[in-house]
Amino acid sequence: MATHQSITSMPFDTIGRPVLTSGWRRALKRTLSAYALSIPAIVLMVIMLIAPLVSVFILALTDYQLGAPTFEFIGLRNFKALLGDSVFWTSLGNTLLYAALVVPGSVTLGLGAALLIESGVGLRSFYRAVFFLPVMATLIAMAIVWEFMLHPTFGIANLTLVSFGLRPQNWLQDGQLALPTLAVIGIWQQFGFNMVLFLAGLVTIPKHLYEAAALDGVPNAWERFRLVIWPMLGPVTLFVVVISAIRALQVFDTVQALTKGGPNKATEVLLYTMYAEGFEFFRTGYASAVTVVFIVLVLALTLAKTFILEKRVHYA
Amino acid sequence: MIERAALPRQSLSPLARIARHAALLSIAVFALLPFVWMISTSLKPPSEILSSEVRFWPSEFYGAENFRAAFTAAPLARYLLNGVIVTSAIFTLQVLIALPAAYALAKLRFWGRDIVFGAVLFCLLIPYHAVAVPLFVFFYYLGILNSYAALVMPFTISVFGIFLMRQFFMTVPDDLVDAARMDGISEFGIVWRVMLPTAVPALTAFGIFSVVAHWNDYFWPLIAVSDQTYFTPPLGVVAFRNDEAGSNYGPLMAAATIIILPLVVAFLVAQKRFVEGITFTGMK
Repeated sequence: MATHQSITSMPFDTIGRPVLTSGWRRALKRTLSAYALSIPAIVLMVIMLIAPLVSVFILALTDYQLGAPTFEFIGLRNFKALLGDSVFWTSLGNTLLYAALVVPGSVTLGLGAALLIESGVGLRSFYRAVFFLPVMATLIAMAIVWEFMLHPTFGIANLTLVSFGLRPQNWLQDGQLALPTLAVIGIWQQFGFNMVLFLAGLVTIPKHLYEAAALDGVPNAWERFRLVIWPMLGPVTLFVVVISAIRALQVFDTVQALTKGGPNKATEVLLYTMYAEGFEFFRTGYASAVTVVFIVLVLALTLAKTFILEKRVHYA
Repeated sequence: MIERAALPRQSLSPLARIARHAALLSIAVFALLPFVWMISTSLKPPSEILSSEVRFWPSEFYGAENFRAAFTAAPLARYLLNGVIVTSAIFTLQVLIALPAAYALAKLRFWGRDIVFGAVLFCLLIPYHAVAVPLFVFFYYLGILNSYAALVMPFTISVFGIFLMRQFFMTVPDDLVDAARMDGISEFGIVWRVMLPTAVPALTAFGIFSVVAHWNDYFWPLIAVSDQTYFTPPLGVVAFRNDEAGSNYGPLMAAATIIILPLVVAFLVAQKRFVEGITFTGMK
């Protein structure tokens, strides 16, 4: 392994000093330089990441409120309060429901787009660029555009419905519709990202498999997809599903800007609950407890992703 | 690598070709409609915006008025400048801090190296929203909320940057480093004069990822600053929407257009690099 590049491989003395002394001095110097080079990163890593992470778990055990002169350790009372808090359960349920809508939606659309692009030759890079555009564009700005498109009276969505003789909808203020509407925005934003991952996965399928399938008389594109592409894309698909789920659990921008968790908590999601508790009501201890739940969820998925990625690398 | 044909490139029948384009175009309409509607609205006078007829091209061109209003009704130029300051400060500091550490982890042997690298791997698992509450409390007591420092500091350390560059430096031959040492270049000099030039492709990908992520970030700026002086473009466009109480859609859509424009233009110019930068680094 290249990590074992050793300092002793270097005691090349060109100016006639005793090799041992020179090697020693160089070794010492190099060790000191190594610390000098990595100290800023180490210090910042501790201050900005590790200490705050530890603090979240500690704060979750306190009744601390921002600005309060004192606080007390209250054990698991924040977590007990969470369990009895209907807003928290709504929030957790909505987050999972949002993910349950966005993950299949954005994965299917991403896969479909990738397969359609690869099935022909015309306008490939055009479609790829167009589908990737929503991934790039500032989500919060586009959320405001969506809000305007969904405006009850002069939004294009309702104007279109009305022109077909259908009833206009109150997309973002209707308790039944608000979360699915946000999910559509989520799918719109994410599917291009998934498409690119699928395109990369399609390239790794060996050509001879298609040839073999053709020789074996696989009759049509659908059968080819079912027998060759889908099995070969298995690991990529799993990876894309996990990555989409991690992103879906982090939904915040559209909720904060468009619905504020409403109407009547219909779009309350975990990060929004944490934001409201921590930065609007300044109930830091309680917000930390919500954060702990969020961390556990995301961490479980991140570990799953790392596992898949490792496996994929090993087989590659 | 995406250029290569993945599916067998047998020529499709004319009918299949039409079906392919029809399907792709309908997805394209879904992807593009918000952009088209945003631009179209930004060019319309209020009377046409509030009309009950769906029209994509304005009959009276009102673009100049809307874009001028976007810049005068709100300090949009200020928001854009803040965005540039914050994203470039973040990226510069990330490189200054991550590159030396990545070099030390890849090419130097020192006591505690494995612990440091272990910590980097551990920090990769921390979701960025998870540390917001304690960082906010910390910055509150430091008295640096509402400042550029508050916007930049949490992101000066990019464990992902360290990891990415360390993996890249591992592939750089030791001979190159040894030769530099023989020429009397210090370890510090090696980082910037030897390693940096070899790392340009990896650094470009990381740079695109970093700039896109922080230009578009809404969550942390929303928490860290409340003073309009420090608003970044995402905060600015929401403030604009709130101030205008959702009635002045022409200038609002013009503002949204301007805010997404820098990245969209850069993306269209360097498509392949962007797709690479965001996906390959976005997999973290």
